[in-house]
Amino acid sequence: MSDMHANPSAAIAENETPQFWMTKDHHPENGTLLGFWIYLMSDCLIFACLFACYGVLGRNYAGGPSGADLFELPLVALNTAMLLLSSITYGFAVLEMQKNRRGTMMAWLIITGMFGAAFLGIELYEFAHLIHEGAGPQRSAFLSSFFTLVGTHGLHVTFGIVWLITLLFQVGKHGLTGANKRRIMCLSMFWHFLDVVWIGVFTFVYLMGVLP
Amino acid sequence: MNTPDLAKLIFGRLSLEAIPYHEPILLATFAGVAIGGIALLAIITKYKLWGYLWKEWFTSIDHKKIGIMYMVLGIVMLLRGFADALMMRAQQAIAFNGNPGFLPPHHYDQIFTAHGVIMIFFVAMPLVTGLMNYVVPLQIGARDVAFPFLNNFSFWMTVAGGLLVMASLFVGEFARTGWLAYPPLSGLAQSPDVGVDYYIWSLQVAGVGTTLSGINLIATIVKMRAPGMTMMKMPVFTWTSLCTNVLIVAAFPVLTAVLVLLALDRYAGTNFFTNDFGGNAMMYVNLIWIWGHPEVYILVLPVFGVFSEVVSTFSQKRLFGYASMVYATVVITVLSYLVWLHHFFTMGSGASVNSFFGITTMIISIPTGAKIFNWLFTMYRGRIQFDVPMLWTVGFMVTFVIGGMTGVMLAVPPADFLLHNSLFLIAHFHNVIIGGVVFGLFAGINYWFPKAFGFRLDPFWGKCSFWFWLVGFYVAFMPLYVLGFMGVTRRMNHFEDPSLQIWFQIAAVGAGLIALGIGSFLVQIYVSIKNKDKLRDVTGDPWHGRTLEWATSSPPPEYNFAFTPVIHEADAWWDMKERNATRRTEGYLPIHMPKNTAAGVIIAGFAFVFGFAMIWHMFLVAGLAFLGLLVSAITHTFNYKRDYYIPADVVERTETARTEELAAHV
Amino acid sequence: MKMLRGLLIPALALLLSGCDAVLFSPSGDIARQQRDLIFISVVLMLIIIVPVIFLILLFAWKYRAGSKAAEQDYDPDWNHSTVLELIVWSAPLLIIIALGAITWTSTHKLDPYRPLDQVAQNRPVAEGVKPLVVEVVALDWKWLFLYPEQGIATVNEMAAPVDRPIEFRITASNVMNAFFVPSLAGMIYAMPGMETKLNAVMNKTGDFEGISANYSGAGFSDMRFRFHSLSEGDFDAWVAKAKAEGTALSREDYLKLEQPSEREPVHYYGNVAAGLYNAILNRCVESNRMCANDMMALDKAGGQGIVGTYNVTSLDAPTRSRLGIADDGRRYVGALCAARGATGEAMTPAGRPL
Repeated sequence: MSDMHANPSAAIAENETPQFWMTKDHHPENGTLLGFWIYLMSDCLIFACLFACYGVLGRNYAGGPSGADLFELPLVALNTAMLLLSSITYGFAVLEMQKNRRGTMMAWLIITGMFGAAFLGIELYEFAHLIHEGAGPQRSAFLSSFFTLVGTHGLHVTFGIVWLITLLFQVGKHGLTGANKRRIMCLSMFWHFLDVVWIGVFTFVYLMGVLP
Repeated sequence: MNTPDLAKLIFGRLSLEAIPYHEPILLATFAGVAIGGIALLAIITKYKLWGYLWKEWFTSIDHKKIGIMYMVLGIVMLLRGFADALMMRAQQAIAFNGNPGFLPPHHYDQIFTAHGVIMIFFVAMPLVTGLMNYVVPLQIGARDVAFPFLNNFSFWMTVAGGLLVMASLFVGEFARTGWLAYPPLSGLAQSPDVGVDYYIWSLQVAGVGTTLSGINLIATIVKMRAPGMTMMKMPVFTWTSLCTNVLIVAAFPVLTAVLVLLALDRYAGTNFFTNDFGGNAMMYVNLIWIWGHPEVYILVLPVFGVFSEVVSTFSQKRLFGYASMVYATVVITVLSYLVWLHHFFTMGSGASVNSFFGITTMIISIPTGAKIFNWLFTMYRGRIQFDVPMLWTVGFMVTFVIGGMTGVMLAVPPADFLLHNSLFLIAHFHNVIIGGVVFGLFAGINYWFPKAFGFRLDPFWGKCSFWFWLVGFYVAFMPLYVLGFMGVTRRMNHFEDPSLQIWFQIAAVGAGLIALGIGSFLVQIYVSIKNKDKLRDVTGDPWHGRTLEWATSSPPPEYNFAFTPVIHEADAWWDMKERNATRRTEGYLPIHMPKNTAAGVIIAGFAFVFGFAMIWHMFLVAGLAFLGLLVSAITHTFNYKRDYYIPADVVERTETARTEELAAHV
Repeated sequence: MKMLRGLLIPALALLLSGCDAVLFSPSGDIARQQRDLIFISVVLMLIIIVPVIFLILLFAWKYRAGSKAAEQDYDPDWNHSTVLELIVWSAPLLIIIALGAITWTSTHKLDPYRPLDQVAQNRPVAEGVKPLVVEVVALDWKWLFLYPEQGIATVNEMAAPVDRPIEFRITASNVMNAFFVPSLAGMIYAMPGMETKLNAVMNKTGDFEGISANYSGAGFSDMRFRFHSLSEGDFDAWVAKAKAEGTALSREDYLKLEQPSEREPVHYYGNVAAGLYNAILNRCVESNRMCANDMMALDKAGGQGIVGTYNVTSLDAPTRSRLGIADDGRRYVGALCAARGATGEAMTPAGRPL
């Protein structure tokens, strides 16, 4: 009977004189992970807008080249592999974190960062190649929306790497404290989120882009 | 040309030419601002207030102080935005019969753009955010918001955005595009100068602050409610704040994205909204209104909350239909995303699309109507005390239903074809924004001022302010409804038909009355500070309030509540009073609090420099500022000691002083 | 008393002058139907607005602290009544259902794209009457009207025969405007590179005002034109006058006319270059420029491939200097001479079928 009252007010209401003030120190739950989730969703909306733009403008080649003319799928596939692998290695880092193994966790994080950097390198190569061919973001609305969508994702990965390096220093200095673990989890969500977005980019921009 | 020109990298397109020393109006304004500013700085220096302001306010992460700073920002910007309004009314009242008026289009077009941008982004938003920031943690029995540092940072980003708009007055110029800067007019081809860039960067910088503050308040409301406060026991203002912040988080990213795209068109030569190379300007119009329509509800939902609190407090009665009030709020929140197209029925969508959006718009009036009825029946069988907040509330109810009616008229697409972009539309949205948001903000300010400062606002000047605003509003905007029926469109610089002039002259008189209303409000604050001993309230509960913020002292201690309250009923404080709950005066514990930090000011400062440098194409400076922003943000993350404990004996001393004060009062 | 009368009479006169506002006394059938909708929606909403305002004031007065009602009826815990809640939600709902039905039907009936079926109430369009086509171009900051049947064009003045349906095809050169003749019909946006349509009819002869109802930059306030509603005979005379007085409007003349100007005086063109309106709509008045409709067709076929990348050009310097147009750095996609494939079909330079 009594364990039915999980909710404090109901439990207290049974007493003769209800309690109106906490006698113990009240610590509300930490809201960081929730807050970070909400931030990710707002970021997701930015990507949604960019996807929508790509949806509207993605076939406006302005008499210029189309995705089928420009995209090199093998390169993009390699790129996708880099990012997916980095997500897996981040997962390993989190597993190590839960076992409180600082050294191996940091090693996995470094590997994650390297994959991320490789992804960025390939993407920059692709951009440079396109611009060199004259297919820069100014040439058509399709290319504007392509560069903006893919570039925004790349910018996010860049910030992710900066954050990752920062975290490595912080973990190195303070160890796997509660605060640092929370940060690692936040970056983890961020990193996987970028992965999910990239799957969207890969599908809608590249795979569907090379279709006639 | 291949060697980069260093001066160009540093100064971009900024030159002495950008200072409008040949514009007498601007020169006089600048002189006024400069003299006022220097006087203010001198006073601060003379009384050695810099350290105090810096330590106690600028770097404070106390939600109450940040809330107050938001309010100050909003009121200062109100003066600027209203000065624009007065100039517009004066110009339109005289620019007839070949008289060009005193504002040429070049100048006038900037003024109406700035008026809209400032009033929405830098007056209404800070005032609304300020109220939420101040009140919500108190209403839910929390000690602060979920992310106190972020709160401070959000505020300073809003300030940085506001400063950019203000800078456009004296360095360069503001956009001449209307407040939503539709391309192609706002594109590089039609607006090559800095105006639109000021627009973009000020909104981007402030928008970051707004989004973060939205995230912050959602996390606060979801995670930090006092024990026992279930969702359906939350005060209505907290409910509307929750919905507002959900709207902020779901709408502002769209604004950010669309402004990024416009900026890319202008800076990188992309073709999102251009006429050639496959761009599509209609996409901008759609996207900006997907943000813009929820924005209207972002402003009005919190004041619906204010009215709910005020009407039940001053009727000394429980709010009628709490549950339906909450559902109505949630329904409005959802529906506000399904109506954006009603802002451009005239763009030529098909009849089915237009009628869909017309009908969804009308559906919003159902929950809104339910809210009006609920306030009405709260008054029924009450004991209504007509203090200043209640006056604003009754004024609101009458005025707002008229605005609602004209809004539904505009929602009928064929009728909108006649009234779109007309002064009827201008009258309509001022009717809901002044009659709704502004009245609500004044109600809220008068209602919570005693909580924030420990003394009431002077009622005489408060009533003056109310009546001047109310009468001024009708005198200023009813003529605009009429002019709308006469086929007069908005944003006109001068007119040919002399029969219109009388209406504009009446409207100008109305604007003058509103000016008196704003003046009375400033006098009200001055008089109240002067007579603060007479207006003092030591009980902490001057209006016989119902919600938790009235359970603590006025102003509340930095920790808000010495003991976290436990909630049993929706109107928690009323319930405590009803059941003779006594104040707990023993067993004090140390209280865990966040520490002040200068990081917010510094990072936002870099954001300001970055924005300014981007506007003027000072790319070297912009790069350095961005680097500074990044480094200072990262440095801040290396600070792990962000909290401290207020020792139990300090809490005890504070609370004992209050016990004595209460005893002396009785 | 005298002073009161002195105030009241002008105030009344003013209100009455507001009553014959142009939207209340339209001269075109579409504007009339739109006005009727305004009236109907106001009346429907007043059913609920008037009682609400009355009750607000009544309750505010009746239950003020210290009044008899406040002392006797005060009930601090009364906060729910299922009946009232039902009324509160269903009363607005019913009004909105009615208004929603009206909205749906009227929006379809008054869709500006829909050809007219009546010239006035109970006067259907006669068999065989074709609407007068007027092509409207919003320029910076003046209006250009092209009459394809009559072969004339005018600036800042237009005319139409009374009681004959008019089909406006509307576009713009650079920025968004809105085409609005308040006495005739509601407005519709004029947008570059796009065509909107408006079907309307004027039922009275006279001289009416037309404006741009969407802010478009510095010269916006003077972007007005006269709309002459004339009898058939007068309209023919007006056309003849335009033909006689007017100069020619070639593509190059248009490029000059397109340059921003304010308070442009009325002028006529008696002779208009063939296909000019389509060229304006498709943004290819310049001879070396690809038309938007061709570009869209190309894009649908997958663009022009990598070779198309460099097909970006601008108005050549000699033409610019001849027309007195400054180089504003604007570039556009160049026109193509379509290649021919082996069997003679048109091909893109990339070798794709067009």
